[in-house]
Amino acid sequence: MADVVRSAIELANSEGRTAVVPFITIGHPTLEASIDCVEAVVGAGADVVELGVPFSDPLAEGPVIQASSFKALENGITVSDCIAAAAELRSRGITAPFALMGYYNPILSYGSDRFCKDASQAGVNGLIVPDLPTEEAGPLLEISRKYDLSLIPLVALTSPEARVKAACETASGFVYCVSTLGVTGARNEISGRVRGLVDIVKRHTDIPTGVGFGVSTSEHVAEIGDFADAAVVGSALIRAIDDGPVASAPERAAKFIRDLSGGSVRKKETTS
Amino acid sequence: MATTDKRPSLPDQFGRFGDYGGKFVPETLMSALQELEDAWEEAKADPKFWEEYNLLLRDYVGRPTPLYFAERLTKELDGADIWIKREDLAHTGAHKINNALGQALLTRRLGKDRIIAETGAGQHGVATATVCAHMGLECIVYMGEEDIRRQSPNVFRMKLMGATVEPVKSGSRTLKDAINEAIRDWVTNVETTHYIIGSVVGPHPYPVLVRDFQSVIGTESRQQFLDRTGALPDMAVACVGGGSNAMGLFSGFIDDESVKLVGVEASGEGLDGKHAATMTLGRPGVLHGSYSYLLQDEHGQVQEAHSISAGLDYPGVGPEHSYLKDIERARYISATDEEALEGFDMLSRLEGIPPALEPSHAIAKLKELAGEVGKGGTLLLLLSGRGDKDLETVAAAKGIKL
Repeated sequence: MADVVRSAIELANSEGRTAVVPFITIGHPTLEASIDCVEAVVGAGADVVELGVPFSDPLAEGPVIQASSFKALENGITVSDCIAAAAELRSRGITAPFALMGYYNPILSYGSDRFCKDASQAGVNGLIVPDLPTEEAGPLLEISRKYDLSLIPLVALTSPEARVKAACETASGFVYCVSTLGVTGARNEISGRVRGLVDIVKRHTDIPTGVGFGVSTSEHVAEIGDFADAAVVGSALIRAIDDGPVASAPERAAKFIRDLSGGSVRKKETTS
Repeated sequence: MATTDKRPSLPDQFGRFGDYGGKFVPETLMSALQELEDAWEEAKADPKFWEEYNLLLRDYVGRPTPLYFAERLTKELDGADIWIKREDLAHTGAHKINNALGQALLTRRLGKDRIIAETGAGQHGVATATVCAHMGLECIVYMGEEDIRRQSPNVFRMKLMGATVEPVKSGSRTLKDAINEAIRDWVTNVETTHYIIGSVVGPHPYPVLVRDFQSVIGTESRQQFLDRTGALPDMAVACVGGGSNAMGLFSGFIDDESVKLVGVEASGEGLDGKHAATMTLGRPGVLHGSYSYLLQDEHGQVQEAHSISAGLDYPGVGPEHSYLKDIERARYISATDEEALEGFDMLSRLEGIPPALEPSHAIAKLKELAGEVGKGGTLLLLLSGRGDKDLETVAAAKGIKL
């Protein structure tokens, strides 16, 4: 199976960069603006984009992503709209890999098989489901493989090595290393503990590592690049999108990613 | 009193009751859930744990709570004999203390000293604040702004006992959102904090843990019923929000096939309006870490529940109830806000016992159920809490300002 999410991160690393993976909630502030923002961040150098599927009860999210999710729901955004957004972006000629990031219930409600089939046909390459730990992931894993989608697992600072190992065994795309104890949201610094977590992941798989939760500056990206392969940024980008009129949201998103990517160039080559 | 023997064999090792249950939570919490499961297995096998718990149930909670024959109510309804299990007489005025106390003792075994909890009606928050005061633990209670408004006496009680009440402003600002916020706190502070969930909901092992601590209700009332009448009841009835009081009661009778089990949900303004009748009108989905019946729209977004009673105002339900419904071991019906208010009046007037609005839903259905069982038969009603906290809501519904 062609793991294009993995390939995109490895390509960035081979060019001496830490891959930048922005998260954008589809439907926030409007459906059109969110699609334009995805196009803009790819233009600004994003290597993979997470397309956020809104949910009424996003329990791993901090206030910024919660608010974006509620805004999208107010706009009537459904799972179908998120899949259609991916198709629209492909029709605009955007080739960067996409991962849909969303909670399990809307996927279940849509039907896991139909969801993976439609997402795959629309040009989606991966899935991230924050409330689906390894124990519960079996059914979706099997279906995602059938449709050539990477199911990207999350590992946490509290995960014992056996759990990290289990997640690595079925991982594709990248292994999402949650940098802090807590919910999503920009933070002043990246916890030193995540370096140890990434090291454990690297003992068990060659698949790239991505660090997320709390990433907000080019300094963070530079720091993450010292030990991991990709930096995921969500809340800080959403805040930039919110910081002005809707019409210029894509420009602000692009500028944010360009500024952030300033930290992605590696001073010296790190192993990936 | 609670003992270690004879418990229902479900859930399986994955926390599943048939298809229902499981652990659908962020990875950060998975190791804490395993720790909790291990601590509970260890405690269950430790006679010292039960000795301490049972002593506190007796001396601090005031157990066993009485079983009371409701003579005037029986006469009025003209059907089965109605017996009432009086959890309203437990310390703090509701059954919630049985679970809060047990989990607080477990917290000590976990080596943690900070407790968080969610609350809807405030009864679980009060129970948790109470046991935290008793044990000298830090206590933070998440409560929806809407519930803070309608249950202000309980907010004051929690603060009196040293708890911090955190208002939750997101979503519907009720129980569902309070649980979201408590889970977010737990993800952040998981290494120092134990989350005392108040109902048989959430990820495994909570549904089984809370059921086991509430099973004292079923165990006691079964024995009391046998002692007083020489037989088992024909029917056992309880209200269901998340379903902890009902699960506690049902667990005592689940192997007694002759005992019909009935849960009463809140149908709010009516089944065609705003309601909280999860098992009557919902379909299975994942909320707060478990797969169970759920009120959701066609896109899988969780719907806001509505009930006059804050404790039943929840769009989910414990996974074991979903299982009991599907295998038809228990039956679930519903009562509206208006019917609940009539139930509240009826028990106050006929027996001098103002019930909480939650069990008022079960009381509202007694006429129908006592008729179904028939004269000469017996019905056991679980009165899960007392009505003092609801006087303001009931007065407002009658257009009276207190």
